[in-house]
Amino acid sequence: MTLVDMKHGHKFIIDKIEDKDTRLQALRFGISEGSEIECAGSMPGGPVILKKNLQEIAIGRRTAEKISVKKKGMI
Amino acid sequence: MNDCSQINIDSELQANKKIVLAGNPNVGKSIFFNYLTGIYVSVSNYPGTTLDISSGKMGDAAVYDTPGVYGVGSINDEERVARDFIMSADIIINVVDASHLERDLFLTQQLIDLDKKIIVALNMMDEVEKNNISIDLENLEKELGVPVIPTTAAKNRGLDRVRDSIDSAVKGNSIFSNNSNLGQKLNNIRTAVKNTADALMILEEDENIRCNYPELQNIPDLREEIYTARRQRVDQITNSVLTYDQNTGQFARKLGSYMLKPATAIPMLLVLLYFIYQFIGVFIAQTVVDFTEGYIFTDIYEPFVRNIIASSIGFDNFFGQLLAGEYGILTMAVTYIFGLLLPLVAGFYFLLSLLEDSGYLPRIAVLMDRLLQKIGLNGRAIIPMLLGFGCVTMATITTRLLGTKRERIIAIFLLGLAIPCSAQLGVIAGLIAQLDLVYILVYVLTIFAVYVLAGTFLNKVLPGESSDLLIDLPPIRLPDLKNVFNKTYQQTVAFVKEAGPIFVLGAALITVMQKTGLLALITSLAEPVTVNWLGLPAETATAFVMGIIRRDFGAAGLTAIALTPAQVTISLITLTLFVPCIAAMMIMVKERNFKEAVYIWFGSWITAFITGGLVNFLIF
Repeated sequence: MTLVDMKHGHKFIIDKIEDKDTRLQALRFGISEGSEIECAGSMPGGPVILKKNLQEIAIGRRTAEKISVKKKGMI
Repeated sequence: MNDCSQINIDSELQANKKIVLAGNPNVGKSIFFNYLTGIYVSVSNYPGTTLDISSGKMGDAAVYDTPGVYGVGSINDEERVARDFIMSADIIINVVDASHLERDLFLTQQLIDLDKKIIVALNMMDEVEKNNISIDLENLEKELGVPVIPTTAAKNRGLDRVRDSIDSAVKGNSIFSNNSNLGQKLNNIRTAVKNTADALMILEEDENIRCNYPELQNIPDLREEIYTARRQRVDQITNSVLTYDQNTGQFARKLGSYMLKPATAIPMLLVLLYFIYQFIGVFIAQTVVDFTEGYIFTDIYEPFVRNIIASSIGFDNFFGQLLAGEYGILTMAVTYIFGLLLPLVAGFYFLLSLLEDSGYLPRIAVLMDRLLQKIGLNGRAIIPMLLGFGCVTMATITTRLLGTKRERIIAIFLLGLAIPCSAQLGVIAGLIAQLDLVYILVYVLTIFAVYVLAGTFLNKVLPGESSDLLIDLPPIRLPDLKNVFNKTYQQTVAFVKEAGPIFVLGAALITVMQKTGLLALITSLAEPVTVNWLGLPAETATAFVMGIIRRDFGAAGLTAIALTPAQVTISLITLTLFVPCIAAMMIMVKERNFKEAVYIWFGSWITAFITGGLVNFLIF
């Protein structure tokens, strides 16, 4: 399962970020492998929006496809 | 640029101490800077819109404002600039958005690890209260090991305490002091280099700093290990100092999420575009420009200048013509820059600053990302594309914020080709308003189709692919108008300084072309194309030559010629797609290089005439 499978409101855990640059940039934003994240929206065919507390970041589709996640439950 | 290149820090400021403001984008650094130095500067929250470093004095200390960054490194120009200032600082005032501690403290911890004296201004405390977050300040101060001062800069709270506490800045608790493995590795490098800051950047794989020490061998690449350790440390700190009340539903946050759901976001965007059109296209381009260009410059200023020239050097010589002739640098160029472009550019920058400071712009970028990916760009390119409708020259400068060279080439070509600037739009709107709806549709759809096709073509032909979006979405906020006005002022002044001389040069060039007969020659050579291929009267060739010089000239030239509705449509299509104006061309040469600018120029010729001809034969 990757980020693009997530829908608004889904909560999940980041499993693996393949691309090194994305991994480093995400670390700065506060998101790393093992982080508990909520999906705050997803553009059809476009970027996925991640939310951790008040922090929101948008990740392009192709990068999102290379970030695998583990499901944690839904609201 | 070689790898060792570092910024030359302004040494004109005689100071015994260097204070550097550092922080993430859009945290209010500039308000602190202005408070400390008394000089107002531009703030920018969208990565890449300003790279100007502001400097000022506070007593006998020099104060520098740096671009907002999420970390110290060399990922982009902002980071390289910020890094060089941070590394040379005596004291760092780290401005932190208290409502985004998880994000912001990463930079704070990195600054601490750089072994710098730091004081933290914990800004936007009002938002913390609004969001029902509580922060244990005492504990935060203890964990970081540096003074932490709560502030709400936009409401002028706590600024005085920061100013009075600058000298209490100290070095904080580095992640290396509690990590024997990393600490050992840092010490190994530390002995061989100038200071701890250099040692850390070398371990973090910073090419520019490594390059300064070519003698170092077998350096371990530890960026990821250090980043991970730092992230763990920051998470540990935030966990111990932050308490959230997750249940607070807030209007701004809801609004922010509506801006990201297609069903609500697209109508909102359309409403916004309508207001932009009303503000720029109707209010500024007609009401304001009629007054500034039509009245102040054409009716008062130009006759005044011509009188002076007539009574001194006269009009029957080259210099008289150069200064105040048809394309005079004191008449046409000045009217164009100050009467026409200045209000439009200021209007555009005003709107852009509002959008930036409200946090809406990055959300538009997210919304448009998918479409822009198809033409080899990403969501970020929405800014130069929007600005292009104001002035292509201005938009070309802002393509600097795009991530890759490939994206810049595509964006600059599309701007030059298919985005009509406001000067041209004004004249086109006048001509097209007289036509039936079907002609208007043919015009709009043709231009749009060319834009998409050209983008798709470049995306296929140029090697590589578009870079992916990875941006931080700032919270939706009510912009501070004072800040918006100041930013608009700064950027407008910068535009006039950058583009003004080029418009003057362009005007001079045309006078020379006219005087040497080159203009007439080109007009006659172009006739076969206009008459046979485009089906237009021979005189329209003049309009095209005028279009080479200034886009709206060309369109304005058409009003003098009797044309059928079909001919008006074809000539408008051809003129819109036709070459960018001389000023835009010169900026393209400056921003890219001569070769690429020439490709764009001829590419526009070919596209314009082929499209115009096709519409002529296929549709009419």
